[in-house]
Amino acid sequence: MGERPCIDMPHDQTTRTKAEPDPGVMRRQANLIRRRSLQMVHNAGMGHPGGDLSSADILSVLYFGVLRVDPQDPAAPGRDRFIMSKGHCSGALYAALAAAGFFPLAGLNTYMQPLSPLNGHPDRNKVPGVEASTGPLGHGLPIGAGTALAAKMDGAQWRTYVLVGDGELQEGSNWEAAMMAAHYGLDNLTVIVDRNRFQQGDATETALRLEPLARKWTAFGWAVAEVDGHDHAALFSLFGGLPLEPGKPNCVIAHTRKGKGVSFMEDRVGWHHHVPSAEELRAALQELEAQAL
Amino acid sequence: MSGLFDCRKAFSEALEQVAEADPRIVVVTNDSVGSSNITGFRQRFPERFVNVGIAEQNLVGVSAGLANAGKIPFVCGAACFLTARSLEQVKVDLGYGQANVKLCGMSSGMAYGALGPTHHSIEDLAWTRVIPNLTVIVPADPEETRQAVLAAAQAGGPVYLRISRMPVPQVHPAGYQLRVGRAARLRDGGDLALIANGTMVARALEAADMLQADGIRARVLNLSTLKPLDEEAVVAAAAETGAIVTVEEHSIHGGLGGAVAEVVVRTKPAPMRILGVPGVFAPTGPTSWLLERFGLSAQGIRDAALELVYGRVRDEAEIRTGN
Repeated sequence: MGERPCIDMPHDQTTRTKAEPDPGVMRRQANLIRRRSLQMVHNAGMGHPGGDLSSADILSVLYFGVLRVDPQDPAAPGRDRFIMSKGHCSGALYAALAAAGFFPLAGLNTYMQPLSPLNGHPDRNKVPGVEASTGPLGHGLPIGAGTALAAKMDGAQWRTYVLVGDGELQEGSNWEAAMMAAHYGLDNLTVIVDRNRFQQGDATETALRLEPLARKWTAFGWAVAEVDGHDHAALFSLFGGLPLEPGKPNCVIAHTRKGKGVSFMEDRVGWHHHVPSAEELRAALQELEAQAL
Repeated sequence: MSGLFDCRKAFSEALEQVAEADPRIVVVTNDSVGSSNITGFRQRFPERFVNVGIAEQNLVGVSAGLANAGKIPFVCGAACFLTARSLEQVKVDLGYGQANVKLCGMSSGMAYGALGPTHHSIEDLAWTRVIPNLTVIVPADPEETRQAVLAAAQAGGPVYLRISRMPVPQVHPAGYQLRVGRAARLRDGGDLALIANGTMVARALEAADMLQADGIRARVLNLSTLKPLDEEAVVAAAAETGAIVTVEEHSIHGGLGGAVAEVVVRTKPAPMRILGVPGVFAPTGPTSWLLERFGLSAQGIRDAALELVYGRVRDEAEIRTGN
């Protein structure tokens, strides 16, 4: 195996300080998630960079501003649960978890290597901080409904957040869970839709129409908010105001761009799972480094 | 041995018993309260009872989430829908995720006889036993059902309990102790082995009695834990009797017979007969009639055993006489 570029990049002196959420930290961490996940996908020769990039800001705001989780005690009973239902974007998730201190950054270099705990799709029994083993779509929201229900049963205050892809909402299991979460009044549950408008093979509206998406969730009994999924301040303030309506589960439709941050990847369906070549990686990292300044 | 018992009664009594002792135990169902016999649980523990409606993917996913948060869900639904409709959730959320969830597949096999093959569950053992980390238990009588519920509550990982509604006699002696992963030898014998589980154990014992009159001493094993399989007991049966008949209220493909054959062929190859539903959708008819039709009766088991044993004896005679 040849020498692989080290992913341990600068700018991560801020990683473990999340006492006071800082917009600068969230911005820098989102940028690092993008750079690291692209490097990881390139090294592995496999991955889903388009969705890694569209979800990077959401992950950064969650892990560096919102989630009450302790990397030193990742199984603490009273922790918030974050479930990455779109498990194929494991590159972004692992980059966020490592930066948040759940495991060493150097571990990212093993992404998808033989015997690495960092499988192409996250394994809850191998990676600290991973709440659910996902990969097949439509699994995260039912599991999140279960954790939220358990918190309600116990009268506990911790919250559950589930990040789903928009194409993923074509899976019927999501709507089973949506009905059930509303029926049980799970206002401690928040689904975040990474609305990047593309799925593996096509635009969502061409493959199988999702719109009117907000009205669907509303009709299912959820309180819905729409937000720019790359606006850290807006995301942070929205999450700070949960529940949107007491007694209703929360749906945050985060409008994003697939491949966000790299000009030649944005809104290109092919980058769902294309692997950047060395040249493309260099160009992408150059753009992202410029944004970090 | 007197009387016939619906194992669902023992199931729900045991469930309430473990729930009383352990506040982490919850019941989750897909609107199958009556058929799962959990009305009593709902009355006693309403705050620990969750109906997710007719939605099996969500049923299993929600249960994995409850387990993530420290609950011990017993998931109750008809075996046919519980295992088939949610199979990917069973594989990924429970098996791969190692969630502490107990799937309780009620009214398994052909218990719903005349309702037709849509409601029969004769494939569930095939597709549950291939999922890593998932323990599969098929109790044979009320006492074993009771102990299986207790064992499932104690186990740290996912378990599939297959609970029939067809009345069965008690097959175990007083003081029987279920050991998960170990077969129970209910009858000694060296001429052939009858290996059964669930509703078929009583019939295998009856067949053994008939075979005794035929001059054949049949060993009877209740292989109630299908996974992990008691390989030692299976190898011993193959080595010491040289002929095995398996009996299950299930397809002949991929269930108990398949599991036993997988062990036998790589250890002590021995002729086998696998009794079950022979790879067809059953016709319409009541359970007892269907079982009869597929040879899943004491008489059918005896006939298969005689054919197997005399076939083997004849072969040996032929060898001896050089014919």
